[in-house]
Amino acid sequence: MGPNGSGKSTLSNVIMGHPKYKITKGKIFFKGEDITELSPDQRAKKGIFLAFQYPLSIPGVRIFNFLKNMLSSIRGEEIPVSEFKKLLKEKMKLLDIKQSFIKRYLNDGFSGGEKKRNEILQMALFEPKLALLDETDSGLDVTALKTVCEGINKIINNDMSVIIITHYKRMLEYVRPQFVHVIMDGKIVKSGNEELVEKIDSQGYDWLKVSSEEILTTV
Amino acid sequence: MNTILTENIGIDNYKYNFRDSEENYVYKAKKGLSKEIVEEISVKLKKEPKWMTEFRLKALDIFYSKPMPNWGNTELLNQINFDDIHYYVKSTEKQGRDWNEVPEEIKKTFDRLGIPEAERKFLAGVTAQYESDVVYHSIREDLEKIGVIFTDMDTGLREYEDIVRKYFGTVIPPTDNKFAALNSAVWSGGSFVYVPKGVHVEIPLQAYFRINTENMGQFERTLIIAEPGSYVHYIEGCTAPTYSSDSLHSAVVELIAMEGAKIRYTTIQNWSNNVYNLVTKRAYAYKNATVEWVDGNLGSKLTMKYPAVYLLGEGARGEILSIAMASTNQHQDAGAKIIHAAPNTSSIITSKSISKNNGRSSYRGLIKVLPGATNCKSHVVCDALLLNTNSRSDTYPTMQVEEQKDVIVEHEATVSKVGEEQLFYLMSRGLSESEAKSMIVNGFVEPFTKELPMEYAVELNKLIQLEMEGAVG
Ligand SMILES: Nc1ncnc2c1ncn2[C@@H]1O[C@H](COP(=O)(O)OP(=O)(O)OP(=O)(O)O)[C@@H](O)[C@H]1O
Ligand SMILES: [Mg+2]
Repeated sequence: MGPNGSGKSTLSNVIMGHPKYKITKGKIFFKGEDITELSPDQRAKKGIFLAFQYPLSIPGVRIFNFLKNMLSSIRGEEIPVSEFKKLLKEKMKLLDIKQSFIKRYLNDGFSGGEKKRNEILQMALFEPKLALLDETDSGLDVTALKTVCEGINKIINNDMSVIIITHYKRMLEYVRPQFVHVIMDGKIVKSGNEELVEKIDSQGYDWLKVSSEEILTTV
Repeated sequence: MNTILTENIGIDNYKYNFRDSEENYVYKAKKGLSKEIVEEISVKLKKEPKWMTEFRLKALDIFYSKPMPNWGNTELLNQINFDDIHYYVKSTEKQGRDWNEVPEEIKKTFDRLGIPEAERKFLAGVTAQYESDVVYHSIREDLEKIGVIFTDMDTGLREYEDIVRKYFGTVIPPTDNKFAALNSAVWSGGSFVYVPKGVHVEIPLQAYFRINTENMGQFERTLIIAEPGSYVHYIEGCTAPTYSSDSLHSAVVELIAMEGAKIRYTTIQNWSNNVYNLVTKRAYAYKNATVEWVDGNLGSKLTMKYPAVYLLGEGARGEILSIAMASTNQHQDAGAKIIHAAPNTSSIITSKSISKNNGRSSYRGLIKVLPGATNCKSHVVCDALLLNTNSRSDTYPTMQVEEQKDVIVEHEATVSKVGEEQLFYLMSRGLSESEAKSMIVNGFVEPFTKELPMEYAVELNKLIQLEMEGAVG
């Protein structure tokens, strides 16, 4: 969690390997491996998945084809159509997505909530080792949030880590975090458990701002 | 912020970079153009009726007297050396009647072109132009039964002289432009299609065209006549091997859609990047007739092609849907022309262009509404996609509206770049950079591909993929 502009999306973009960010200091290790120099697709193949805060639209590309291509790339081999159809149907059911949806163009003309749900559909097929969910809850209505979160809970397994970026506790009531970190001005300023969420929800970030300034002055 | 796009400029792969051994040509005219060459082609080799020989010779004079176009890419146009071209090449003596008779060498070429199984079953009805002449040609029996003529132009002239004489050169006379005159003088091959009144041809008529001899001009001539109330879909797809010196392809295509008839003409061309592709395509659409040009241009050094529909009768409709892809050192100067010459006529032009590396694509279009053509509607959409910062796209739309009563002429144009964010989004899903680009480009041309028969759509998607891989990433 963290205030607007504190660097949450930046962090997830950097982990995913967005070319517009240049890492000036430090390295990124994933499962003990240095991935700092890897391209986004190579990182994806290692099992890193980013659910975008603002998913891009790709006009003319049908979701079905896109998802099939995605899965084939991740697996490193062409997935047979019949197998894919079965898998897709299963995941769509999980997230309560209508059949007609997959014939549409990728995020083209989608509502905010539809885009977010589509991100989680991708995650369900992708089966990541590390999922970065950047404000997946914003844009979802109350019912949709419940459906999507329940879906996420089913996707999560013991072999997988999830970083949830959010401003609100409502998502975290469904998907229960083990750790809560607060990022401000690009730094983690506070770590804790679910109780931290409660505090932020009722008091915001101002109390942390003071302490971070104090840290700076004392240093 | 286009670093990801600019650093990957590389060598273009060319898929069909092969050629057959040239010993197999039966006859190859000597280089250059002259009255003697034209007479040799017409009289000695083709044994044509006198009127055609005269037509050719007159066209040759027109060709000599016409200046080069002073618009478009004049720099490239002026580099054409007309004396350095073979105007006639004949590859096999006889026309193959069925598949078994088609020479092995040529079958191999078809194989390497990767013509899918699904299309081979249509081969019984295919006119395949190999070099300047038709090697294989066969009409499906069911077409013959319903009176449809589908043959190469030379056979058409021999066997259906009356029809050919009546319509040949009426839509595009030799005087139209320098290259139409050249084609009229030296034409060889192409298709002749005649659909009788009320007949709907259910299967698309397909023809394959190939250029193969270095410095050989290919001047096919196609004429399609759809009698009242009939329907036909004609498809041609082209690929050419890469050669070191320039080839000239200059076709003429004439379509005539009589009252209530509908013609769809689909082309996908993928010339190697030394080919000049200078084509004149025009259709007449009479009362309530519909003509649709579906035109895909890939490759070539310079393409100049502006399919036209003359809406001559009340209620006629014209539609032109085109894509052009200009890659390294290529210029696609493509567009469309619609002439509204009658009331209640309508037209739609959708033009999509992609420019990659230093490739340049131009849209050149004309919408003309003649006096008296009341209640006309025309809608033009031009979308350009640029893949690199040094890619270029221009639009030159011209509108001449000479009738005001209830006339609506609209023009929309967009230019977009393949965005870094889009690429990142797709790459974060495991797609490589070239796969991501292919996906974006294929999405961009989807309004075009969805109009194609399945096999062609697949082929086009593959070609785009190959193009994208060309930028070694
Ligand atoms: N390309 C860029 N150039 C310059 N500044 C940038 C760029 N991208 C992000 N920033 C800045 O970096 C800071 C962190 O942005 P980031 O998007 O990571 O915030 P965030 O924590 O995700 O905020 P929000 O909660 O609003 O989504 C912001 O001040 C933002 O304006
Ligand atoms: Mg953010």
